[in-house]
This record gives sequence, C-alpha cells and structure tokens, in this order.
Amino acid sequence: MQTLKASWYGFEKHWTWYRRNWRATVVSSFLTPVLFLLALGFGFGSQVRSTELLGGMSYLQYLAPALVVITALQGATFESTYAIMSAFMWQKTYIGMVATPITPAQVLYGQVMWIGSQLLARSAVFVVIAAVLGAAAGPGILWAIPFGALAGLAFSAPLIAYSARLEKPDSFTTIFRFVLMPMTLFTGAFFPVSQLPEWLLPVVWLTPAWHGIELARGAAAGTLGALPALGHVAYLVALSAAGLALGVKYFRRRLAV
Amino acid sequence: MTQTLDRERAVPASVGLLWRVIPPGLYGGKASVLVERAAVVNRRAWFVLVGGAFEPMLFLWSLGLGFGQMVSAVTGPDGQPISYAAFVAPALLAASAMNGAVYDATFNVFFKFKYLKLYDAMLATPMGPMDIAIGEIAWALLRGGLYSAGFLAVMLGMGLIVSPWALLALPVALLVAFAFAAVGMAATTFMRSWQDFDLVQLAVLPLFLFSTTFYPLSVYPGWLQAVVSWTPLYHAIELMRGLTLGVVGWGMLGHVAYFAVMAAVGTVVASRRLGKLLLG
Repeated sequence: MQTLKASWYGFEKHWTWYRRNWRATVVSSFLTPVLFLLALGFGFGSQVRSTELLGGMSYLQYLAPALVVITALQGATFESTYAIMSAFMWQKTYIGMVATPITPAQVLYGQVMWIGSQLLARSAVFVVIAAVLGAAAGPGILWAIPFGALAGLAFSAPLIAYSARLEKPDSFTTIFRFVLMPMTLFTGAFFPVSQLPEWLLPVVWLTPAWHGIELARGAAAGTLGALPALGHVAYLVALSAAGLALGVKYFRRRLAV
Repeated sequence: MTQTLDRERAVPASVGLLWRVIPPGLYGGKASVLVERAAVVNRRAWFVLVGGAFEPMLFLWSLGLGFGQMVSAVTGPDGQPISYAAFVAPALLAASAMNGAVYDATFNVFFKFKYLKLYDAMLATPMGPMDIAIGEIAWALLRGGLYSAGFLAVMLGMGLIVSPWALLALPVALLVAFAFAAVGMAATTFMRSWQDFDLVQLAVLPLFLFSTTFYPLSVYPGWLQAVVSWTPLYHAIELMRGLTLGVVGWGMLGHVAYFAVMAAVGTVVASRRLGKLLLG
C-alpha cells in the first residue's frame, strides 16, 4: 500500500509536467506514426499487388496494428534513455525524490507507471486514427492498445536499468541506430519475417517487437490462437519483470543515501 | 594538428578586395578553421560518425529484401519496369543527404549557438559570421559526402547501378546536402527553443515519406502531384534516379538549378541572420 502510494506521487509529478507541456510531444508521438501509416499504408500499399504473403489482408490493414507496436517501442526508447539520465544527472529529479520518504525502488515504479500509461494513451490515439482511416481489419485491432503498451514496456524496463548505470549519453545513439532501427525494420512490421534469411530468425524471436507485432496483428486479423498468445504475453511480461528487477538494483545503488 | 595558437596563421589572410568591400566584416577567409575544430572534436566520436552510414543501408536492405517481394516491379523514370530495390535505392540516397544535412545544420548548430556559445567565441577571433556559416556547412558536407560515397558503393555491390552517369550522383548528393544545410541553418537562426525543432521534424518527415521515395508519383491525384513536384526532395530523387539508372536529359539542369538557388538563398540568409544575432 505504502509503495503504491509513494509510486503514485512519482507518477503525479510526471502528470503535472505533462499537463503543461503536452503540446511539445504531439508531433513526435501522434503525428509521426500517422504520417508513416499514410505514406506506407496508402502510398506504398497501392503498389502491393499480391497480398498472398500478407494472408489476404490489404497492406494498410496489415501494417496498422504492427505500427501501433513499433510506435510504442519508439516512444518507450526515448522515454527510457535521455529522460532517465536527465533525472539522475541534469535535472536531478530522482535525487530530489529520494530526499523525501520515497525509496529508490518507488522512484522507479513511479517512472515505469508513467511510461506505461503514456504508451497506453499513445497506442489508443493511434488505433482510433487508424480505424478512422479504414486501417482496421476488425474490432480486434483494439487489442493492439494493451499489446503495444506491453511490448513497449518489455523494452523500456531493461533499457531503464541500462540507462541507470550510465554516466554519459554517448551510447544512446548506438542503441537508437543498432537496436531500435533494425528492430523497427526487420521484425515483421513492414513485411513478413518469412522473407528474412533463416539465420536471422532466432534474433528476431528475441525482440519484444516481434512478439508484440504477432500479438497485435493476430488479434486484429482474428487469427491469434490462445496458446501462442499466452506464450508471447508471458515472454513480454518476463522481460518487463527482469528489467524492473535489474532497475531496482541499479536505482538503489545509484540513489543510495 | 597543433593545440597551441599559431600566431603566424592568426593574422588575417589576404581575402581579396571584393570580400573586403562587401559585405563588411562578414567574411574573414577562416572557414577552414571551423572544419578543423570539428575534426578535432569528433576524433573520439568516430564510431558515432561512421555509424550514420548504417541507417540508410539498413533501410535499403529492408526495402529491397522485404518490400521488394511484395511489389513485383515499378515503373522507372523512362517508363520501363525496374526492380523495387533499384527504384528505392537512389531515393534513399537523396533522402539521407537531406536528413544528414538538416540535422547537422539545425540541432548541432542550435546547441553550439545557444548553449556552448561557440560562435560568440569564434567571433572574438578574425572569423566573421559567414566563415561560421560556410565552415559549418562544409563540415556537414564532408560528413554527408562520406555517407553518400559509402551508400553508392553498397548500391554498386548490389548491382543497382547500371550507368556510368552514377559517378555524378556523389557531387549531386553534395549539392543537395549543401542546399538543405544552408536552408536548415537559416531556419535555425529563427528558433527560440527546442520546442521549435518539432517544426523541423514536421518539415523533414513528410518530405521523406511523401516525395516519391517509396512509391511513384502516379499514386497521387493530379493536384497533389503538382504540389509534390514542387517540393525539394522530389527534385533530388528525380536527379538520383535518373543518374543511377542512366536516364539523363537536359531537363535535369532544372533540378540542379532548384538546388543552386536554394543553397544560395540559404547561405545568404543564414550568414546575415548569424551576423545580426551575434554582432548586432
């Protein structure tokens, strides 16, 4: 109970900031995915003649649920790198927070709660826009909201733990370029992973993006089986939990009073 | 590279009568010093620098490999069907020239200008605002040229270059980057805070996505085709596609002129504004 309340204070801090500054995030969090959906879904989609590879869906409908997941992952990456380092080093928000009865672990929980709820909100807005644009194969696309947020969290939690150990932001560019970018392009969002060379598949299976996309797209198309769904969710939850546990360790170490 | 101040070279070089008369104090013939500084600063960050070449190549691989399987063939610049990879690769080359130049000329310049106060320091030396504008743009071009050359080499390896005209793709990429860097820098001088950079994103991303990078112009309805054909990246993509596929005509000079004008206007506005902000 105590923990929940303390974490809620952390959450509230972000919410207070966001209420005043949400305009700054509109372009990156809402407009960007919509532009991608328009250009690739409609523009590029118009060039896709055979939809056999896509399981009979139109390219737009194939792309939309996966793009929700990718957007969530990208949002999660930015929220879990510079923002975390800033709270430790530049703005020192975390330092201020542990000067109160809030513990380092609770600081982390509050942060993760905030990121999670933001991912949910972004995914929800995107799904609504996609549905309006006719990109929904069925009502199942609503599942993309929780699945997108879960996939984002599964990437965010380990990344927060990683960022909590860093003293310099230099390696963030490398993460964006060599982890986020390939994960965006090659885990089945834009084309089926069956097109990839065989040796690459095991790497793809490790990414939260692939699990999230399988879930969201399967639910949207109505082809998602219960057992595989359970497996994907379990993997994503396990990643989040592992990341959170590591995060608690590093937060404690760095914020030790 | 010497670390101490070289007194001999600190004396203003002879810069020619024209530069000394107009525009006064704007140019001191020292732009190369800024490039030298950038090289020194980036000595330890070479991995980040070289890594920039990685992004368009990933895109190319992803598009050629995955997207290409879903699209059998697209219509090339001369009306003949070409593979999707051959269609998209030159466009990515143009887009990466734009992206690199714009980010270098906006985020980097803004940071140095506003927070590092680097340019204030530079103006305390014989350098003028135009040295700064030219120096920054030159550094961006060196970087961009490196990426473009690497990308062209990959295209050659993948068999996506079918014409010797592609040799011109590198200088054209530099011209495109120059034009975008100049305009980006001019825009930066009008920015007040990081929030304004959303506007940069708002300009660059639609250009990247909608300038026939991923699909032909014929997808759009007529009026939209007219709009798109006026945007800068469209002209860069047309140039690149023509050169790598060997479909070359006099009309291309029109595209080149577009960027020459853009570069000239951008450089003049950027150095005027920098002069006003820093000296005024």
